Amino acid sequence: MTVQLRLNEVETHIGQYHIIQGVSFEVRKGEVTVLLGRNGAGKTTTLRTIMGLNPASSGTIHYKGEDISRLPTFTVAQKGIGYVPEDQGIFSGLTVEENMKVAMKNDNDSTKERLELILVLFPDLKKFWKKPGGLLSGGQKQMLSIARAYINDNDLLLIDEPSKGLAPIVVEKVMETIMEMKEKTTIVLVEQNFMMASTVGDRFYIIDDGRTVSNGPMKLLKEDEEMRRKYLGIA
Amino acid sequence: MEVLINLTLNGLATGMLIFLLAAGLTLIFGLMDVLNFAHGGLFAWGAYSGTWIYTSTGSFFAGIAGAILTGLILGLATEKWIIKPVYGNHIQQILITLGLMLVLSEMLKVVWGPNQISASPPSYLAGSWELGNIIIIKYRVFIIAVGLMVFALVQYVLKSTKIGLVVRAGVMDKEMVQSLGINIQKIFMMVFMVGAAMAALGGVLLAPYSGVIYAEMGLEFAILAFIVVVIGGMGSFPGSILAAVLVGLSGSFMAYYVPSLSLAVNMLLMSAVLIFRPQGLFGLKG
Repeated sequence: MTVQLRLNEVETHIGQYHIIQGVSFEVRKGEVTVLLGRNGAGKTTTLRTIMGLNPASSGTIHYKGEDISRLPTFTVAQKGIGYVPEDQGIFSGLTVEENMKVAMKNDNDSTKERLELILVLFPDLKKFWKKPGGLLSGGQKQMLSIARAYINDNDLLLIDEPSKGLAPIVVEKVMETIMEMKEKTTIVLVEQNFMMASTVGDRFYIIDDGRTVSNGPMKLLKEDEEMRRKYLGIA
Repeated sequence: MEVLINLTLNGLATGMLIFLLAAGLTLIFGLMDVLNFAHGGLFAWGAYSGTWIYTSTGSFFAGIAGAILTGLILGLATEKWIIKPVYGNHIQQILITLGLMLVLSEMLKVVWGPNQISASPPSYLAGSWELGNIIIIKYRVFIIAVGLMVFALVQYVLKSTKIGLVVRAGVMDKEMVQSLGINIQKIFMMVFMVGAAMAALGGVLLAPYSGVIYAEMGLEFAILAFIVVVIGGMGSFPGSILAAVLVGLSGSFMAYYVPSLSLAVNMLLMSAVLIFRPQGLFGLKG
């Protein structure tokens, strides 16, 4: 299976702090790769490093064979990588429609088709189309954030903790959406909710203290209680 | 009655000039998080270059075009070589832009000499209209009209175009805009250039209004512009026009009715806003 994204011994410093100390993983086309680990392990910084928001201080990041580790954020995004940040990154003073328009790279038929699909997946966005993003609920903001990353023909989506702070029923909806998107797009998912991660994920990587310490098919982690207890603190 | 109308027109005209200076300042702060203390220098350079072209060619509109061009060029150079290296560091921004302000003021003296330069409105904008007992000075109406047109144009661009949408989004979350594949640096440069051009336009319009221009005028008006930005709310474009009109009108009325308080009125206004609404009237940031 084609490898879409490959990180090799990536290290990242934020100010004086050495957050990522050697993260390596690969993401295969068409799969959902889940990054797991305790709070503060470096999962979010790993996604931000891929996007160039916290540039790597060493190591390499290859996307479709091209080294993107030194590229500015907007160029990384233009390569076809969509990003859903942990805080959702909604432009609170812009309407839902305007949030979508900022994200749209073009106005062609493919984008229109995707928009129609998005509005079917997230009917709430249609309902609040002319309302400011800041007035949406947490779940609706999460849906808008995912929709914004999905509206363009991105080949890879980086999604950071989509279930965080959401009610179980909304988490289920987000999970269904990720399953739907998986048909068309490769996904890297950072997730603390193991139930969600194990349902949608194909492969896992565990990050601990800024390093990748374990990986394999998700099935393996589901069966390995000892590993879950050791690195994730769950039985 | 005629006194009231004249004070109002005078206040509105002054307000529009301050607005042209403050609007760029507030957009630059809102989008780029840059405190540009050299903005007044761009205003003064607009006044000098525009007046020089106006008096050399005899065409006031050539002067206006020249001032705008000067603003665009100086804005480009300032953003590229002065501001860019100090993004994210407010202390360095203050120091370097204050230094640039002094350099720009002194350079005016080098190029055009240390003396004040006189300017008067072109013949078609000179004089006044008389409506009964009320005398309306044409040039003041012209300044108000230009100010309103610039406000409407920028407001249209901000509200109704993709580039305006991106600027507004950038004011709210720069990182997210970049993550959506938009080169925010280009947007920064464009906003800086437009802000500088608006300041330069304000400068060239001021020259025939006040009758004289001098190298230190940039600093004097920059202080008023900063007051306007604080009152209107840092980063708020509509806030800047409302606050500028407020400052212009209060200055005009106080100078007539309570001259001893005319200098203090702006400070009092700003203090009141900072006490009761620290983020400003339309502020996005506290």
